[in-house]
Amino acid sequence: MDIHVVYYLVISTIMLFAGIYGFFTRKNLLAVLISVELILNATNINFAVFNRYLFPDVFEGHFFALFGIGIAAAETAVAIAIIINIYRNIRNIQTDNIDELKG
Amino acid sequence: MDITLQQTVFYVVAILMSVFSVMTVTTGSILRSATYLLFVLFGTAAIYFILGYTFLGAVQLMVYAGGIVVLYVFSILLTNSDKSINHKLGRSKIVAALATVIIGTALVLFLIWTNGFALNLIPESSEISLREIGLSLISADKHGYVLPFEIAGVLLLACMIGGLLIARKR
Repeated sequence: MDIHVVYYLVISTIMLFAGIYGFFTRKNLLAVLISVELILNATNINFAVFNRYLFPDVFEGHFFALFGIGIAAAETAVAIAIIINIYRNIRNIQTDNIDELKG
Repeated sequence: MDITLQQTVFYVVAILMSVFSVMTVTTGSILRSATYLLFVLFGTAAIYFILGYTFLGAVQLMVYAGGIVVLYVFSILLTNSDKSINHKLGRSKIVAALATVIIGTALVLFLIWTNGFALNLIPESSEISLREIGLSLISADKHGYVLPFEIAGVLLLACMIGGLLIARKR
């Protein structure tokens, strides 16, 4: 079982920055949300890996990742509800058109 | 230097996750993007299994692959956004985002490589049992998580009510 801890961190770094790139360049709200999902997963991997390698006797990172998954699910549900409501109002979920919502 | 089965599995999963997470944010079709996200989430679950956190991997599979991705696919089809993903973005904006990402990746990878982690063995410790997880979720001791557990319950209730209120027809 000799996998260096750095390799896990390289994966999560690539995931994190792929998510950041999508967050910057996507115009569709659902695609932005998918990018946020990538970022959250990268942080969860880091929690689990640091817990396993650095502090194998306690389980703080494990539980933090567990709560992180639950909270990400809640965030996704509310965000998708908001997006569907926006679509119902303006028939469009591009980020450029969201300023029509005001008033 | 012999390569064990564990390493083989890890490297395959690592390459697949890297490729699919890049493809998630670069592909043109948003349904394809959601599918690649599903593969990345499967890879994350595999990483948890390799680390020995089987419960966390199972939760990842159930919550993400079973719940969230289905929600995404439904809302993609509901909002009819498959055609409108490729809105024209200015070339300067794409170049700026690409430069930010590449510089950031290089910086973080440099910091990781030069940090000097000498840990190349997964520490031998007993796998956390389901009974232990359940008991520490409802205990209020030093390593107990009853407060976050209750707060997560209240948060999920608030999200359920909020989601219903926001998305209902008026």
